[in-house]
Amino acid sequence: MKAIVLGGTAGMGRAIARRLAERGDEVFLMGRDAGDLARSAADLEARQAKNGRVGYAVCDLEKTDGFAAALDEADRALGGFDTVVVTAAMFATQEALEADVELTRRLLTVNYTNTVVFCEHARKRLLERGGGRLTVFSSVAGDRGRKPVALYGSSKAGLSHYLESLDHKFHAKGLTVLCVKPGFVKTGMTAGLKPPPFAGEPDDVAKDVVRAMVARKPLLYTPAIWALVMLVIRWLPRFVMRRIGF
Amino acid sequence: MSEAILAAWGRLSLPGVELLGEDLESLSRCTTLSRGMGRSYGDSSLPARGTDRVVSTRLANRILAFDARTGVVRAEAGLSLVEINRLFMPRGFFPPVTPGTKFVTLGGMVASDVHGKNHHREGCFGAHVRSMRMRLADDSIVTCSPTEHPDLFHATIGGMGLLGHILEVEFALHRIPSPWIFMESERVHDIDEFLAALGRAAPRWPMTMGWIDCLQRGRSMGRGILMAGRWAEPHEAPKAPPRAAAELTFPVELPNWALNPTTASLFNMAYYWRHTQQRVETIVAPEPFFYPLDAILHWNRVYGPRGFTQYQCVLPRAAGPAAVREFMDRLTSLGGASPLCVIKDCGPEGEGLLSFPLEGTSIAVDMAISPDIQRIVDRLNEFVIAAGGRIYLTKDRFTRPTHFRAMEPRLERFFAAREKWDPHRRLRSAQSVRLFGDRA
Repeated sequence: MKAIVLGGTAGMGRAIARRLAERGDEVFLMGRDAGDLARSAADLEARQAKNGRVGYAVCDLEKTDGFAAALDEADRALGGFDTVVVTAAMFATQEALEADVELTRRLLTVNYTNTVVFCEHARKRLLERGGGRLTVFSSVAGDRGRKPVALYGSSKAGLSHYLESLDHKFHAKGLTVLCVKPGFVKTGMTAGLKPPPFAGEPDDVAKDVVRAMVARKPLLYTPAIWALVMLVIRWLPRFVMRRIGF
Repeated sequence: MSEAILAAWGRLSLPGVELLGEDLESLSRCTTLSRGMGRSYGDSSLPARGTDRVVSTRLANRILAFDARTGVVRAEAGLSLVEINRLFMPRGFFPPVTPGTKFVTLGGMVASDVHGKNHHREGCFGAHVRSMRMRLADDSIVTCSPTEHPDLFHATIGGMGLLGHILEVEFALHRIPSPWIFMESERVHDIDEFLAALGRAAPRWPMTMGWIDCLQRGRSMGRGILMAGRWAEPHEAPKAPPRAAAELTFPVELPNWALNPTTASLFNMAYYWRHTQQRVETIVAPEPFFYPLDAILHWNRVYGPRGFTQYQCVLPRAAGPAAVREFMDRLTSLGGASPLCVIKDCGPEGEGLLSFPLEGTSIAVDMAISPDIQRIVDRLNEFVIAAGGRIYLTKDRFTRPTHFRAMEPRLERFFAAREKWDPHRRLRSAQSVRLFGDRA
């Protein structure tokens, strides 16, 4: 694969970029901070199975006008990418979001509108060259309206909906869209939150994601137990959801 | 940021505030201590008080540079030995020094100045560190090396994280001829024979250590298995690389009574007699050779909720074999010992100001926490002080400050370095409160 990883400097994105590089795939990193990208690129160069430079470009999901230039840079560095992975997103607790409307606006914009805009740029380029893989991190939080993640979850619900539609529309044209729904994963983003049962590790998530990408699956719950957990949650009657804190 | 219970490997838990993230440089501002994978046994990685902010380095684990010609690596402090071995052993490189567990970070290896089976040849890990990038107590960031701020460099090596937060470490990996170990193991019948065998093995083998059945008394006191090894040459090694061992987890916390003198004796007897031949030569994978206990994750659950400590001391060569024999005698008569007891020849003292090893014999023994534990540690420390030895801070939880001062002539130089680089003692741990009188 010739893969772009947007959000590949930290958390699950870092773990996926490493796994791809160690497999022998060519990786191009995107993220907000040039210094951080340079350090992560050096890390991948030391780990990768092939010799060679790992390219990177600044791409901030809050600045849509930079998307096309960053994708152009990736195209030049990789000689035409065939895979795009998006793990970048914003997270804030429901409490923080309810207290700050501007933070809510930013989070909803980044996690839904701008992620979709980025995917549209990437999707068009992939289809022009006959297809490819688009892997995007949504969340189990988007599967059902829930009290603790009402706002964050709604951004991910919209994203999951979009990704499923892309899969329906473009699968036959060679575009494999993978919607990843991680449960709680122990990363810097979730630091400070009490891990629930079944909390995952970034490396385990990366292993699941790369396996699903290779198998061209459209949907992945990781850790796998979350598929069962969310199946139950989706079928719970509304009066029960009103009473429980989950 | 999480207010949580932070635990050490010996199952000591204290409340604290742990900061976790990839950006160590920003996380380490205004914090009191860094901790890695929490494998130090006692209180050295635990906060001085519940409100202290402690940085977890685990996610700051990037390799920043690797030179395949020289083996020189520069990496963030949270890079683990698991990753270093996984990535570089297939390329013909291995760390110059490895401790008895791979579940440690680079920063932790420096802060503890870890030693391994090759100490008599290679010294401690700190001897192979070329430079470090650190955040100091005043929040400034500096680079130190043997030539740049050498006092800071040498006080940080083995300094238990009390001089600053280690952000990056540069060190050189060693080339290895194959990813396999040529090992010779030998059954040894008592402590005198053990010391003689260690002495014979040291010039012949780059790596030596022994397991002792420390529950035996009388004529069999100090019997055990001596293990010596070197990297196998390509013509000796299997063609395929070693396979990754299956990951087993100790599934439950055993009750406190499960590990008792009877079960420990049975285990020791089986382990000793499992070595049916007097001497065996074999090719083994590095994992069981260097990290036998890592084969079972969470093995510390075997001690139950009471937890355990490891008493590790080094007795100087000048004290002679009689001191080691007497120490073993005292250890066995005091009781409290468990199946894990390791003996090792150490080479000359390194340059780290609080680095543990000195030329002599190191003995490490796990002991379950009991009402008697303070008395046992006191009695052992009194003996070690009289013999001119010292204990290993990374394992320690019970040594009294007066005892530590008595066994550590380099302490004033360490205090002088702290006075210069952290005059207000902003960097502190539960251990520095206990041993050095830092404010809680």
